[in-house]
Formats: sequence, C-alpha cells, structure tokens
Amino acid sequence: MKFKSLLFTAVALALAAGAHAKSIELLNVSYDPTRELYVDFNKAFAAHWKAKTGDNVVVKQSHGGSGKQARGVIDGLPADVVTLALAADVDALAAVARLIPPDWQKRLPDNSAPYTSTIVFLVRKGNPKGIKDWDDLVKLGVAVITPNPKTSGGARWNYLAAWEYAKRKLGSDDAAKEFIAKLFKNVPVLDSGARGSTTTFVQRGIGDVSISWENEAFLAIKEFGADKFEIVVPSISILAEPTVSVVDKVVRKKGTAEVAKAYLDYLYTDEGQEIAARNYYRPRNQAIAAKYTANFAQLKLFTIDEAFGGWAKAQKTHFADGGTFDQIYAK
Amino acid sequence: MSASAPPFLSTKRAPIRVSGPRVIRNPVWVRWLFMTLALLFVGCFLVLPLAAVFTEALRKGFGPFFAAFTDPDMLSALRLTLLTAAIAVPANLVFGVAAAWCIAKFDFRGKSLLITLIDLPFAVSPVISGLIYVLVFGLQGWLGPYLGAGDHPWFGEWLNAQDIRIIFAVPGIVLATIFVTFPFVARELIPLMQAQGNDEEYAALTLGATGWQTFWRVTVPNIRWGLFYGVILCNARAMGEFGAVSVVSGHIRGVTNTMPLHIEILYNEYNFVAAFAVSSLLALLALVTLLLKTLVEWRAQKGLT
Repeated sequence: MKFKSLLFTAVALALAAGAHAKSIELLNVSYDPTRELYVDFNKAFAAHWKAKTGDNVVVKQSHGGSGKQARGVIDGLPADVVTLALAADVDALAAVARLIPPDWQKRLPDNSAPYTSTIVFLVRKGNPKGIKDWDDLVKLGVAVITPNPKTSGGARWNYLAAWEYAKRKLGSDDAAKEFIAKLFKNVPVLDSGARGSTTTFVQRGIGDVSISWENEAFLAIKEFGADKFEIVVPSISILAEPTVSVVDKVVRKKGTAEVAKAYLDYLYTDEGQEIAARNYYRPRNQAIAAKYTANFAQLKLFTIDEAFGGWAKAQKTHFADGGTFDQIYAK
Repeated sequence: MSASAPPFLSTKRAPIRVSGPRVIRNPVWVRWLFMTLALLFVGCFLVLPLAAVFTEALRKGFGPFFAAFTDPDMLSALRLTLLTAAIAVPANLVFGVAAAWCIAKFDFRGKSLLITLIDLPFAVSPVISGLIYVLVFGLQGWLGPYLGAGDHPWFGEWLNAQDIRIIFAVPGIVLATIFVTFPFVARELIPLMQAQGNDEEYAALTLGATGWQTFWRVTVPNIRWGLFYGVILCNARAMGEFGAVSVVSGHIRGVTNTMPLHIEILYNEYNFVAAFAVSSLLALLALVTLLLKTLVEWRAQKGLT
C-alpha cells in the first residue's frame, strides 16, 4: 500500500514536471548604450510571453561597441537576435558570414529600426566653452570626446552628422573632410564604445563636450544630475536608426525562431514603444511619441539615405580600410 | 648563491649581499634618498590605488557594498572565475612539473626550444593570446566551421547535435586562461630543479627505488615549496586575467563573464559602488596571495637552515 502510494506520487510528480512550462533562453547581442533599455524590455517581454504561451523566457544580454559585437556574432557568438547601432553592422552578418539573408532589413517595419535617436552634445553645466553648433567643435582649445568609428556605431553616426553639417555649410566633400580632420584633432581620447566615451567625459572629467547619442546624454544627466551637465542640441543632426534582426542560422539551430521573432515584434507594440520612449529613444509610434514630446527636442534631422546614399555606401567611403577616417587619422 | 638555495629566495638574500663593503662606503644621504624614492613610488603606484579601491567600495556604507555580492550576475561571475581557476591551475601544475622535470633532469634535442616556448605566453600580449583562439575556433576560423556549422560531410550532423562551443563559452575562457598562466609553475621549478641536480635521485635509484618512488619521495619533497609558490602565482593570475578572457568571452551576462569582466560592466553602467566592491574582492585575493607567498618563503627558508 505504502509502496503504491509512493509510486503514485512519483508518477504524478513526473507528469507534473512534463507539463511544466518550457524554459527558453535567448541571447540578445546589442550595442553599448542599450543596457538600461533592454533590462526593462526583457522584463516586459518575459511577462508577455509567459501570459501568452505559459513558457518562461530568459533573455541574456551582451553589450559592447556595435562593430565589435557584430564581429563577435560573425565569429560564433550565438546571438538569437542582434539589436545593433546601425544597419551596416547587421549587413556584415549577411555579407561576411551569411548568417542572415541579404534582404533582412525588409523583414520588419521602419527599416527594421523600431526606435530612433539622434546625435546631440553633452556639455558641462553652464556650457563654459559656449558650444552651440557643430562648428564650435573645431575651435582651438575645445576638447571633444567621441568614440572610435572603427568599433563604435554611435561614433559613426557622430562622424556622419558632422560631415553632413560641414558639407551643407561649406559646400563640398573636400571641405567637409577638412572640417572632420580638424574636429578629430580636438579629440584627446578615442574609446571603443559609446559608453566608454560617456564615462571618460562624465566620470573621468576629460573634455569640454561629448558628441553623444541623445539617449546616452539623457541617461548621463539622469545618473549624475542636471546640476552637473546639460544637453546642447545642434541646428541639424542625423536621424540615427539602430536596427534589429533575428539571426536565422542561430535560431534555426537552437529552435528559437518563433520566440526570437516575437521578441523583436514586441519592440513595435505599444508597450515596447513606451519602454523605448521612457529610456529616451524616439519611438516610431506617433501616438506614443506625442506623449513624450517634451523629452525630445525638435531639430532638423536628415537620414543616412538622403545624405550618404545608404549605409553600405557610407561604410565603404568613410569607415572601411583606407576610407576617409583612415586618411584623416593617419595624418 | 649556494647550489641548494631555490631561486625564489634571491629576493630575500639580496639585502644581505648589498650590505657588503661597497654599499657601506656610500654616503648616508644616498641611501636615504633611494629609500625615500622607492617608498614614494610604492606609495603612489601601489598603496594609493589599493586604498582608493576600498574607499570607493565603501563610499555608501556597508549596505550597498554587500548588496553588490547578492546580484545573480555577480554570483555567476564568481562561480565562473572559481571554475576557471579550478581547471587551469591543476592543468598547469601537472604540465609545469612534467616540463620542469624533463628540462632539469634530462638532456635532449630541442630543450632550449621548449624553454623558449614555455616563456611565450609571458612575451605576447594577452589580447593576442585571446585572438589566437578566435582565429582557430571562431566560426570563420580554422576549426570553427567544423565545430557547429554542420557542413562537414561525415561528422556534420553529429557535431551539430553535440553543439560544441569553444569560444564565447566556458571552454574558450578556460583555454585562454591556461595559456596565459602556462609559464608560472614551470618557470618557478626549472631553475630550482636544475640547482638541485640529480644526485639525490641517483642515490634513491641505486638503493632500489622505482621511478615513481623516486619521484614522489625524493623529487616532490625537494621542490614542494617552489611548487606551492608557483601555484599561488598561477592562481592569482588565473583569477585576475582580463585581456585574453575578454576577447574570447563574448560578455554574455550571467554566462560568460568572469569577475574582472563583470567589474568593467558594472563600471560602465555607472554602478561604481558595486564595481569597486567586486574589485575589492579581487584585491583581497591579491593580499591573501601575498600573505601566502610570504608564508611560503618563510617556511622554505626555515626548512633550509
């Protein structure tokens, strides 16, 4: 009798374990400043997925300079999804390692960029050097902090925004190149990622102005107080579109295709857009953008397609080996 | 130096030698000047940063300090660091003893080449130590494509099913750590065993001991303090390694971050108290290592005199 009841309990337990919710683990390989965003978002998505399917999903994160992170995935970092700083880095996954199809960017709305941002200036309180626009950055005696465009996505947006400003103001690509060369002469430290640059500026106190993601600048002010730093919005800047993609080859192998896709789709839902807006990313959803309009300065934004003919071209002209950045920096 | 003195005692012996007649002839102010300079240097570059680590860690009191150690990612980093050391140190212990024994007790072709190779990890930058594993085991590397892509005609499916991961996983971290800590034990033992010579082993053999008996009862007791010293240094480096591990880790939180990598992450997240709290744990480890090292030196010297 005792044995029978024991057996019964064992069988019941085994059955219960079998019916127990699946545990799924996703790896999101992302760029530097999204740490806080994805802490919030992963929590919300886990709750959403649990309510929808009953399964537990844990999303692991890896952060670093966007170019470096793409390189890691190419070398075998098993990312289910990448949420990188720019399309060129995701393109590399298709071009170098054929991990995703070449037309990946058409798979999700808005060029696969669920939120956008722009490039602004973070200066010390009271703006002692009187920085107002891009041409103040090339003045003598202004120390500018920006990360290395070779490894950082944010740095490439910075570079292109400054380039386009100079080109529009001075009239030619040659003049713009000279402008950028002057700007980089004012850069004392080139960190490998945007977050490294922010800590250099904020924590180590180096530099007069940090060219920064808008969200990164807001976060620094939130962490360190509005009595220490302020944001300066230039007359014109670039519409930065951080792009996301499922890594097909990895999810096929791990059997996580469905949940990985749902994860990225969730970025486009009202809740996903709210979380992005709360973390100072500009939401695509107009209704939610309107709610947070006080957070985001109105300024003239140009897209990479308008100004540079898309990422593939900009990457080749400016950041590939021997591109304009190499020419400027070798001098 | 007498033939039986192990080389790691040379720092202990050095003051005895320099207090010979030549030094005594130097004016007092010269000695004071050098002593002050040395102390200032040690103060600025060692004591000050160490003190800064602990003050920063305790800046907001003990509450936040201890809270830093309850974070699951931190605990996972701690576990990974301990696991890595637990594999790397014994591996290098076995290798170090074997290599030192071969080199010190026998003559063979290519011996100097072997000695040079053992020193290689000291000579190259840790970043390169990490990159070689990416180049070999990375998806675009030499062996990487066979390890998971499943393109191999015979083993592809089997390999796919096994899901072997070397880099961006624990094996890569262990490999990189073994590589950078390679020389510690061997480098410590080679000069010691060379200085001791083969006489005692020969004596044991002529008295009828077997090879194993000779090794365990004669060789090992002779080298035990040098061995212990090498293991301590090896362990300290294995737990503290940053560069090589950073390259092969992939920085997946709660999975492939070791303690030094976790410190960088915390710092970059403006979580300075936690960053310095974890740093202070590593610094404490360094202090314990120093203490053990001093103890070993003291024991070894006592054992010899």
